[in-house]
Amino acid sequence: MNIEDYKGVFTFAQQVHGELSNVSLELIGKARDLAADLETNVSVVLLGHQIGHLAKELVAFGADRVIVIDDPVLDEYRTEPYTQGLTAIIDAYKPEIVLFGATAIGRDLAPRVAGRVHTGLTADCTSLDIDPEKKEFRMTRPAFGGNVMATIICPEFRPAMATVRPGVMVKELRDDQREGEIVTFDYTFVENQAYFQIEEVIKKVSHKIDITEAKVLVSGGRGLGDANCFDLLQGLADALGGEVSCSRAVVDAGWLPKEHQVGQTGKTVRPQLYIACGISGAIQHLAGMEEADYIVAINKDPDAPIFNVADVGIVGDLHRIVPLLTEKILAEKEK
Amino acid sequence: MKIIVCIKQVPDTTEVRLDPKTGTLIREGVPSIMNPDDKSGLEAALRLKDEHGAHVSVISMGPPQAKEMLREALAMGADEAYLVTDRAFAASDTWATSSILAAAISKLDYDLIITGRQAIDGDTAQVGPEMAEHLGIPNVSYAEEIQLEEGSILVKRQFEDFSHMVRAKFPALITALGELNTPRYMTPGAIFDAWSNKEITEWNRADVPVEDSNIGYRGSPTRVAKSFPKTMKSPGMKIEEGVEESVEFILDKLKEKYLL
Amino acid sequence: MDFSLTNEYAMAQKLFRDFAQNEVAPLAEEVDENHRFPSETVALMQKYGFLGIPFAKEYGGQGCDYLTYALAVEEISKVCATTGVILSAHTSLCAGAINNWGTEEQKQKFLRPLVDGSKLGAFGLTEPEAGTDAAGQQTKAVLDGDEWVITGNKIFITNAGEADTYVIFAMTDKSAGTRGITAFIIEKGTPGFEFGINEKKMGIRGSATRELIFRDCRIPKDQLLGQEGKGFGVAMSTLDDGRIGIAAQALGIAGGALDKVVAYVKERKQFGRPISAFQNTQFKLAEMKIELEAARYLVYLAASKYDKREKHSVEAAMAKLKASRVASYVTNLAVQLHGGYGYIQDYEVERMMRDAKITEIYEGTSEVMLMVVSAALLK
Repeated sequence: MNIEDYKGVFTFAQQVHGELSNVSLELIGKARDLAADLETNVSVVLLGHQIGHLAKELVAFGADRVIVIDDPVLDEYRTEPYTQGLTAIIDAYKPEIVLFGATAIGRDLAPRVAGRVHTGLTADCTSLDIDPEKKEFRMTRPAFGGNVMATIICPEFRPAMATVRPGVMVKELRDDQREGEIVTFDYTFVENQAYFQIEEVIKKVSHKIDITEAKVLVSGGRGLGDANCFDLLQGLADALGGEVSCSRAVVDAGWLPKEHQVGQTGKTVRPQLYIACGISGAIQHLAGMEEADYIVAINKDPDAPIFNVADVGIVGDLHRIVPLLTEKILAEKEK
Repeated sequence: MKIIVCIKQVPDTTEVRLDPKTGTLIREGVPSIMNPDDKSGLEAALRLKDEHGAHVSVISMGPPQAKEMLREALAMGADEAYLVTDRAFAASDTWATSSILAAAISKLDYDLIITGRQAIDGDTAQVGPEMAEHLGIPNVSYAEEIQLEEGSILVKRQFEDFSHMVRAKFPALITALGELNTPRYMTPGAIFDAWSNKEITEWNRADVPVEDSNIGYRGSPTRVAKSFPKTMKSPGMKIEEGVEESVEFILDKLKEKYLL
Repeated sequence: MDFSLTNEYAMAQKLFRDFAQNEVAPLAEEVDENHRFPSETVALMQKYGFLGIPFAKEYGGQGCDYLTYALAVEEISKVCATTGVILSAHTSLCAGAINNWGTEEQKQKFLRPLVDGSKLGAFGLTEPEAGTDAAGQQTKAVLDGDEWVITGNKIFITNAGEADTYVIFAMTDKSAGTRGITAFIIEKGTPGFEFGINEKKMGIRGSATRELIFRDCRIPKDQLLGQEGKGFGVAMSTLDDGRIGIAAQALGIAGGALDKVVAYVKERKQFGRPISAFQNTQFKLAEMKIELEAARYLVYLAASKYDKREKHSVEAAMAKLKASRVASYVTNLAVQLHGGYGYIQDYEVERMMRDAKITEIYEGTSEVMLMVVSAALLK
């Protein structure tokens, strides 16, 4: 393998049942940055059946070139046919870099391809860049259960591959005037012993989450005033895709059952976002939530101890702030 | 029916603490455990043993202390255990690890290989699929339910918003999700049996038919350039403004942190 | 003389510890609050063979030893003394008596289900008029043809009403004093065998503590355990074994309380620092630790003498006396070191303090332990 022969930044455009996944567009955004630093182009690989119409969308989001294999065997995602198609494209085009979303598809397809091509793959990256001096591709990811960050390089093998965490990279603004090449790649699939059969496609039924598993918690304390105000918090939690939790005072007052209690004698939680509303921040409560990644506190009392651990402290009336915040978040999501 | 379960001994990363002064990991005193996804994979195999009389072997690539975990697997009901261990294998990335394990497994008979989806220290979810590639067999990842059929395995394969029911003919590899089942406890009698009556076979470099170019640091396409602690929380900001300003401020901060 | 736990014991201890943390601890508060017998935990323990630890595999047991069993009682009692005594009374007193004194037929019929996870056991010796004076048995058993007819009552019986199988004692020959007592096996559901109400207790509140009431209760002749007139010996030797279990329970209660208080004093701040910075706290913790370790080795010594098939009455008495006193001492001090919070139910040490007390009383009071030890010294 002569690594000098490998040029170009490629991304895998995941599509599910004819719709492009958001992460596919985010990848193109990042790929454009990398391609600029490497003075090369962005190619996007699109595999599926009757998905040709998605190619234009990929161009609109920044693909310089879209390489398409459209075949009935690719109708539902399966490891082996997708691996064959992508490997053939890699062999033909010799890209320097290939990016995937770190999704249930990406984290299955990328290692199979890396194994077939014999190259390095880095999982779940949260940042990617090109070292300005060595022109080296650097992939940074959380390790050790998320307790440290590691920067990985792939010096001797090509393409360097990475799966990228959804929701981290930023997609370009859509520009339907953008121009790009759309190429149909010819490939004959071989049904081999790595094939398996899909018997059924089952749509998902949602299930109850307990507060220790929620990524977002909207938490209420005595400052809420009465049980009805929890509707406000539920609205915010729904808007953020999270759950409602509370302090001990709330459970004692009978406003919520004990399953929602965060604290020394309740549950310990480590969500990505903890919004504390009307919670004073007694030590016994902090003991249950101080390890949350990001803490927003809303309280009327500027001296409330919760502000000592909050990343963002809002001194104000939660009864007016929470509903407006919910409204604005829903509006953002509409966009 | 023969099943091989790949299990890994990992530090319990949920118990890891950061040194508040230096921001580095405190690794001492962190207990070692059987990786949770792997344990669910082992439980799935043991249920197939209970119901269909399958023979269950466990295999692990790791340092000598991983024997303790293999002993636990035997005490849970596995029939035999293999430890693939050698200094030459250290510092292997997922390519090298999967090459070594695939080569070791190629010495054994199997219908089904079960691995966990991912380990809680590496978190890559790559070794299972890469092993299947080296062995030339199908891999069905993210198994949330499995059912044995004649000569094949029926798997409920999880995606974010939907699932596939997949049938893979043997030999096949599946990667197990923690939610596949609740693993059993050992029994006291089985613990003593595992220490006195069951064998752990140790395979060193010479016992594994893998090329030098595929093992250890030299055999790893990916390298760690550096590792560093996550940025420590800076003291928070507090504002006292009107309702609209407060809401805008929160929105900005949430967007900054990709929480929105 | 190796004082460390070897590989298998360490792994077994870890099993019991994980089980206690995951399955037993989450229920402890509610079990105590509602005086509720934790049937679901008993079912789980049965599933994993915990109710048959020191019994031979040929009877469906786990084939382990008394040290392993003591480790189980200890680890479980650290988080829930109720569950600890359920395990101990079943294993040492009921299953143990049948194992050590039963005929082959009795072992197949009664021991097997107790140790293979099918049935729960209990032991009925104590009566309203016969506590420490155990020989003062009033319950009568009269032979009528092929049956023994039993009349009388037992009080304060652990597992009563929940257990399926009971080892009980009755007077078969009043004129013979202690040599007129006989042991019997009786099952729940036998006509004429009923239970009193579940007593409300200071501690181990989830443990079922009921009267056994026998009214002309008929059992077949072959349910006589051991030999007629030799029941007192059965009772005394079975109690020796039971004391090892209770000692392990007390050790666990003390250990659990010490763990809680060490964690608490590191977190609680007064005068600008954690109270663990104050020498008084440090010294108190050291005292507790030393007492705990002293008790520990008496418990393990008694268990290992049992395992070597050596006489162990004195060691069991010393272990129970020391461990139960240590349990009361450590839990009392743990509450004190928690300050006001120690008196609040949510902070479990108050429950542990209430649980500890009974270990100084049942299966032979501390006073009886002193009698056993002094009698051996003065022989």
